Amino acid sequence: MISDPATSLTSAVLAPGADDDQLLHVSLGPQHPSTHGVFRMNVVLDGETVVRLKPVFGYLHRNHEKIAEGTSYLASMPYTDRLDYICPLSNNWAYAQAVEKLAGIEVPERAEFIRVILGELTRLINHSAFAGFILGDMGAWGSALMYAFREREKILDIFEELTGARMMANFMRFGGCRNDLPEGWSAKVSRLVDDYGPFLDEMEKFLVGNEILLSRTLNVGSLPREVLINGGITGPMLRAAGVPYDIRKVDPYGIYERFDFRIPLGATGDCYDRIMIRFLEMRESLKILRQALDHLPDGPIIHPKAKIRNFIEGPKGELGFHLISDGTTRPYRYRIRPPSFINLTLIEDMCLGLDLADVVIILGSIDIVLGEVDR
Amino acid sequence: MSVATVTLHERLRAALPNAGISLRTNPGPSGQHSLLVDAADLPDVCRFLRDTPDLTFDFLSNVSGVDWPDPAKADAVAAPAAGEGSAPPTGGFLEVIYHLYSTRRRIGPLVLRARTIDRATRVQIPSVVAVFRSAEFQEREIFDLYGVEFTGHPDLRRILMWDEFVDHPMRKDYVAPDDYEYEPTPHAAVLEKAQRHYVQP
Repeated sequence: MISDPATSLTSAVLAPGADDDQLLHVSLGPQHPSTHGVFRMNVVLDGETVVRLKPVFGYLHRNHEKIAEGTSYLASMPYTDRLDYICPLSNNWAYAQAVEKLAGIEVPERAEFIRVILGELTRLINHSAFAGFILGDMGAWGSALMYAFREREKILDIFEELTGARMMANFMRFGGCRNDLPEGWSAKVSRLVDDYGPFLDEMEKFLVGNEILLSRTLNVGSLPREVLINGGITGPMLRAAGVPYDIRKVDPYGIYERFDFRIPLGATGDCYDRIMIRFLEMRESLKILRQALDHLPDGPIIHPKAKIRNFIEGPKGELGFHLISDGTTRPYRYRIRPPSFINLTLIEDMCLGLDLADVVIILGSIDIVLGEVDR
Repeated sequence: MSVATVTLHERLRAALPNAGISLRTNPGPSGQHSLLVDAADLPDVCRFLRDTPDLTFDFLSNVSGVDWPDPAKADAVAAPAAGEGSAPPTGGFLEVIYHLYSTRRRIGPLVLRARTIDRATRVQIPSVVAVFRSAEFQEREIFDLYGVEFTGHPDLRRILMWDEFVDHPMRKDYVAPDDYEYEPTPHAAVLEKAQRHYVQP
């Protein structure tokens, strides 16, 4: 279909013959309930059809990277919570691992297990909230999100008991974790894992055959696989199009190679696949959590006593920290590879020729968080 | 799985004899070596890495900008391999680092570096957007925050800072304005203090 996957579709966008002053320019956002934060798109419409779409970033930019370069390595840990604020513990984990690789620090086995448990719980939070948000984008305002947030709240309670904070956990440390599990904590997680399957069944029952969901998402926003890979799209977005690329399998970090789980794949990569893939991933996360809880070893939670880049499979895609050390206590270069930001690269290509209403669904299916897009 | 950067270096030198490619070693515990590519040859090298059937580096994951006002520091972090001279520039330069992966062979990262000649006016590096679309926003970000000009980029504009902003905040010698925010309708005293730090266009 496209000979060179990098070729931008945008050059062929403007409908030939369409008179420029017949086109309608719409500024969508930044204050708009469907833009998931302060995100703006300049959309050009021919009637109802999108002929050009340019995202505008930066409303939440505070130059996190510059701030991190002016402070010690550990002092940036709480700041990573605020990148993708739906999933602070994934950010903690990616940053801790990057510094551990940089300095050659070992992590004890128990800490690795705790990290896996927290990482997968975070994935449950993200994907559940995603399902609630995208239904809101389709007009089912409130109900779906209420059920999703009810479950999220249970996990946040678990996080609060362990870290002292519902969201801004600041929990991982270089070489391990900040504190050990409180009495009875893993039993609570175990109960939650048991109860989560029925919740997913219920949520899926509401969604899978829903006529509105089907008509709004089937065959909306798909692109060829090669274009997605070339555009740097990662995470559930990429796997929904059938590309088997998940860092937990491709380059297993931590102790992921010990767990038995599968990578769900979609067929067409349309918005429907992107929703369903997240449900399937949550079921795999439950499998990982069950195994991790059953085999949680005893032992220490933190290790007793120059340029590197490290990736983890965050809930939204490939989350990476690229650190360059010059031997001082501050990072010389601290770069975040933000999955939400890079997953937006192809949003225009996905939306061209579709209706404005589809833009909202496609943006929702990309699953962005502006704390991370703008940094 | 990690990439055998040394072997790949030999392979690239044989395949593209005219391209300037040298090996840089990482002295730290991570041992993540890299290839320093002459800026002019960068798109060709990327295209070769992407299109050669047994290499298939089809996924450019990350593009980082780095500011090196002191070139000696750059050589300390990414040391020239034995037999390869260090870079001669005296006044510092800007560097762009590319992390390439192969989703098909499931290996990576292959780290490429390209450098500008100086930090003032000769700050051009050819854009790789025509090879890897994922560089589009990331190159815009480096243009915005570091001031590297990516020649051939389809839409090179500021991305995180606002269009009227003049400096490049991620540079090591950047001085933040006193008011810490842009004031379109300024209070005279605050703006006067801030004006001292804005580079006049």
